[in-house]
Amino acid sequence: MRPKLELESVRKAFDATKVLDGISLSVREGEFVSILGPSGAGKSTVFQILTGGIEADGGAIRLDGEPLATRQGRFAFMPQRDALMPWRRIIDNATLGLEVQGVPRRAARDKVQPLFPEFGLAGFENHYPAQLSGGMRQRAALLRTVVQERDMLLLDEPFGALDALTRVGMQRWLEAMWKRHRWTALLVTHDVREAVFLSDRIYVLSARPARVLHEVPVPLPRPRDAGAAGLRQASAIEAAVLESLLNPEATEGSNR
Amino acid sequence: MPNTPSFLARTGPAAVAIASLLVAWQLYSDLSGISQTTLPSPLRVAGQAWLNRRALADNALPTIRATLLGFSCSLAGAFLLSAAMNFFAPVRRALFPVFVISQTLPLVAIAPLVVLWFGFGLLPKILLVALVTFFPMLVALVQGYESTEKEITLLLRSMGASRWRSFWLARAPSALPFFFAGLRISITYAVVGAIFAEYAGATRGLGIYILKAKNNFRPDLVLAAVAISAALTLVLFAATGLVQRLAMPWLRLEQKPTR
Repeated sequence: MRPKLELESVRKAFDATKVLDGISLSVREGEFVSILGPSGAGKSTVFQILTGGIEADGGAIRLDGEPLATRQGRFAFMPQRDALMPWRRIIDNATLGLEVQGVPRRAARDKVQPLFPEFGLAGFENHYPAQLSGGMRQRAALLRTVVQERDMLLLDEPFGALDALTRVGMQRWLEAMWKRHRWTALLVTHDVREAVFLSDRIYVLSARPARVLHEVPVPLPRPRDAGAAGLRQASAIEAAVLESLLNPEATEGSNR
Repeated sequence: MPNTPSFLARTGPAAVAIASLLVAWQLYSDLSGISQTTLPSPLRVAGQAWLNRRALADNALPTIRATLLGFSCSLAGAFLLSAAMNFFAPVRRALFPVFVISQTLPLVAIAPLVVLWFGFGLLPKILLVALVTFFPMLVALVQGYESTEKEITLLLRSMGASRWRSFWLARAPSALPFFFAGLRISITYAVVGAIFAEYAGATRGLGIYILKAKNNFRPDLVLAAVAISAALTLVLFAATGLVQRLAMPWLRLEQKPTR
């Protein structure tokens, strides 16, 4: 099956600092893939290249087999933290992407409104972000992301700012949502457990300049939070991934 | 409103402080035997203000007009300039030093010149009020645009928003808290700016009234005019707080913990 998104030897340097040293990866339709790497490895740079913030220095990016020429409008991006606008009510935050696309406000609201119950936000349409808990804000941010109906979701450490318990709750919720909607998603994270819990496959990046150290498949049954056997397997994968991150020289290439 | 101090608790201390000052002043004036033409007591100032209420009102109105017109021009100018600086970096680099220099001009020197160039009418007052008030707002706005959360900027870019859209959707609203901080500083200069402009030359206004009262050895009337000027500034200051609450309804939610 042809990959939905394909990156081939993508390189990027800022002045003299090499950030991406030939990143190759692919995401299939309906697949949940994670990019896992140490902080400052350049994971977010990959997303900035995809969303048009910066240009790659070299390499190829293909979406549906076509070179990605017009960057804008193919990816729905969820930035670190929630990036909700404090001056907009939740419903107006959720419709932001549609508004930028030129959808009239009324039509955008009509489209977003029915999704509030599924995102656990029913009754909070007219609240301001400051009135919501961290988990609810994150769900609102995901709602804002998915209603754009783009080809792919790009999730940049979406739960990094949450407390540990809320984070686990959000991961379970996101997995359930993903199972239902089968979004094609690329997640950037430095949380090994999060990557293993959510992903079909994981690309493990090295420290800067980032290269792909390993591609780790996660052949675990879903939902991921059920069953002792699944948990044991997950722990084994987590341990292997962690080892490859902490001792990159010892394990490099062994899992390719 | 739970956990919010009552109106009395919020305004009481200031009222007590001001009343104490006035009482101390009155007692000093009564007991020290100082001449009323040197230091008039608060009661004398109030009494003379009442007797001269018609003249004071006639002179306060042009000052209020000059203040409000000058400040409106200043506000509009500060916003337009800040937006131009936001979109065109060369404009920022070219004009910012000019504006900093404009703030170094001593008002004592510049006010008579502005009157000399633009006459005794409204225009020199508007210009001088704008000169003393636009800079805090301009700095606040420019800094406010820069305070826009990086994630929000990246998000809008990923959505395909133009710079123009991003300005209105994110940068301008992000600047609001900074803008109101600058506005509160500016508004306290506005009345003083108008009075200074009138002092340098005007047919009517609190500034020229103060000058005449001083020349007639009437410190009581000088202080009466000063009290009116202070009251005007307080009213304008309170108005900015009110406007901010209306313009930023989410701010109060952020300041108190949710439920």
